[in-house]
Amino acid sequence: MSMNKKAFRAVVAAAAISVLATVVATVSPAQAAANACAGVGTYAKQPGKTVEIMNSVTGQENARYQAALIAFQNCTGITINWNGANDFESQLGVRVQGGTAPDIAMIPQPGLLQKMVATGKVVKAPAQTLANVNKYWSAGWKGYGTVNGTFYAAPNSANNKSLVWYSPAQFKKFGYTVPTTWDQLMALSDKMAAKGQIAWCGGLGSGTATGWPGTDWLEEIVLRTQGAQVYADWISHKVKFSDPKIIAAFDKVASFMKNAKYVGDVKAIATTTFQAAGQGIPTSKCMMLQQASFYASQYPANVKVSATGDVWAFYLPGINPAVKTPVEGGGEFFAAFNSSAATQEVQNYLSSPQWAIARIAAAGPSGGWLSANNGVPASAYTNGLDALSAKYLSDKNSTFVFDASDAMPAAVGAGTEWTELTNWFTGKSTADVAAAIDASWPTA
Amino acid sequence: MVHLSFWSTNLPKIEQTLGALAIFFAVLGAIFFLAGRVNGRAARPIAGFVFLAPALLLLFAGLVVPAIKTILYSFKDSYGNKYIGLKNYQWLIDNPEFRKVFFNTLLWILITPFATTALGLLLAIMLNRMKRESLPKSLLFMPMAISFVGASIIWQFVYNFAPPTQPQTGLLSALARLLGFTPPNWILIQPLNTFLLMVIFVWVETGFAMVILSAAIKGVPADIMEASALDGATGWKLFRDVTFPMVRSTFIVVLATMVVTSLKLFDIVRTVTGGNFSTSVISNEMYSEIFVRFDNGRGSAMAVVLFVLVLPILVYNIQNLRRERSIA
Repeated sequence: MSMNKKAFRAVVAAAAISVLATVVATVSPAQAAANACAGVGTYAKQPGKTVEIMNSVTGQENARYQAALIAFQNCTGITINWNGANDFESQLGVRVQGGTAPDIAMIPQPGLLQKMVATGKVVKAPAQTLANVNKYWSAGWKGYGTVNGTFYAAPNSANNKSLVWYSPAQFKKFGYTVPTTWDQLMALSDKMAAKGQIAWCGGLGSGTATGWPGTDWLEEIVLRTQGAQVYADWISHKVKFSDPKIIAAFDKVASFMKNAKYVGDVKAIATTTFQAAGQGIPTSKCMMLQQASFYASQYPANVKVSATGDVWAFYLPGINPAVKTPVEGGGEFFAAFNSSAATQEVQNYLSSPQWAIARIAAAGPSGGWLSANNGVPASAYTNGLDALSAKYLSDKNSTFVFDASDAMPAAVGAGTEWTELTNWFTGKSTADVAAAIDASWPTA
Repeated sequence: MVHLSFWSTNLPKIEQTLGALAIFFAVLGAIFFLAGRVNGRAARPIAGFVFLAPALLLLFAGLVVPAIKTILYSFKDSYGNKYIGLKNYQWLIDNPEFRKVFFNTLLWILITPFATTALGLLLAIMLNRMKRESLPKSLLFMPMAISFVGASIIWQFVYNFAPPTQPQTGLLSALARLLGFTPPNWILIQPLNTFLLMVIFVWVETGFAMVILSAAIKGVPADIMEASALDGATGWKLFRDVTFPMVRSTFIVVLATMVVTSLKLFDIVRTVTGGNFSTSVISNEMYSEIFVRFDNGRGSAMAVVLFVLVLPILVYNIQNLRRERSIA
């Protein structure tokens, strides 16, 4: 009896295998049939293919990427080798030069993408990826994936610097409302000053990198007053720091961050660390701080980061109505080094809303991952801060720019701009600061 | 998959490392074996060479080659690709910021070594007269056990400034208030801030100077002290004409060590001010230039300037040592 059962099972198994084999044979790569999977989309089956994605993500975030990619791998049969390397930037250069480039690399800076394209090894994005990016991202984002007019790399995640941290609990206590225009923001600052409160917190201190928060403040205002073109020309030094447009931005920054009425002791900003700067917000020692989305992690566990809690953030409003929804931030881009069918299929998937939704779900309520893809519904985000940032980043009309100091030559962007902005806060004149930064610009 | 990629990328590296080590020991073994077989007149010089060679090799690879490379880099552009002549040095001379940095470095080497060594000597003399000297000596020596970075963080609390409306946490501010002053933002006042940084150095290094000098003073033969006491030398005279000349060489060695340490100093500046507010020194700028602004040329030029500044002190120190050996 039992022998019979075993034999029967073997027959069933053999039959099943042969059926499966014929199915696989009919969906052979030669004429791959379309294959729809729930939550992934419609893709051709390409079993046995492996696509390596080289990236700089390690630890917990790496595990979240691997988890988010499982559904696509199950659907298509493509194995994705998600290869996170600590020394990504140097390794990528070595591998591309050495002829062992990965299939796809996740590149965190537009500058590095340009360098990689210059090697001639990066292939242009497939039609479907291009269509996805045209459909789901703003022109600014597409521009960062484009080199010399050719579109190469679709954006991955995004982050947002254009935030102002405040305390919802304290705002409620004093009857303040979150400002949505620049004039409202300044009126609110006046109201706080009239109450004897310090409206703006600030800190430039950051060891050898002291001064970098000041570069962000200046960048936000340059973008908000002048728009993306002047911002780009400023990065390439076509527009100098001593240009009246940039000087005007300096003055605008000074009107709140160097205004004793709003900040109390202006010089103390230079000796306060950026980490300490916002610690007074929950207790209304100071009321608002312009800082990026990562600042949430600077608060200790007993400070409640939520829309009704001790600290939260609002979007730093625009200034010039001609510059629509200005956002400064960052993100990564997927560049491919070959155009095999499997690689292109992965590229297409990674530029789809389904991918972003899967990756957001993998992050869970703690969040920390968001996309500027406007095909992602707001309901996909379980973390409120990510939802807030995504709202502005995925706005089709938004004016999105990367950090300018990161894109400037290091002698300026990691050198004189930091030190001179620190000097600016301790009393050096705007004209002298601008002249000193311009003088340090490397001559080719 | 994670493990697979770990081994597939790292296994070759481990294999290479083990292979290199095996070759190293094999070559070393062969050399020692061959040197051991040599007999006769050549035996001694060959043995000497075999024992010296590893040290020479390491010295060459770890000191001579990098020194030469640094000098070469100082004549190249920021990426180290192209020779650009003296442009990096020209930049150093023309740059008003660097002149300030150079001046600060001079202040450090002129003030801190003398302050540290003199204070160390004073403490050594005073403590040598105490009955229970070990406790105060241990306490004074203790800061030596803290790194400059750790000490700087501690002193940052001392110099901490908060606007008058906020609760004050800085010890120095508290003292100023006690005396009826309104405390300023200490770290911003130039050139006071550089001296405040020097205090940290003195605090850490004085214990070291004191212990060495105390030992030297104790090493002065008792009969000499007795004889001079019989001749009527006391107090300052005894110190100036007898004790100090006897410990002079130790004093100079400690002083030279302090000069070299303060020339290399960068931890304190980096931790407390990050080189801002006109407190930067050459070694801090060198670090920023190479590792923050990625300009190898300028950074190397600064390293060469530092090297040139250190050179006379080293030469003097070596001459001093030689003179003593010839006396002994």
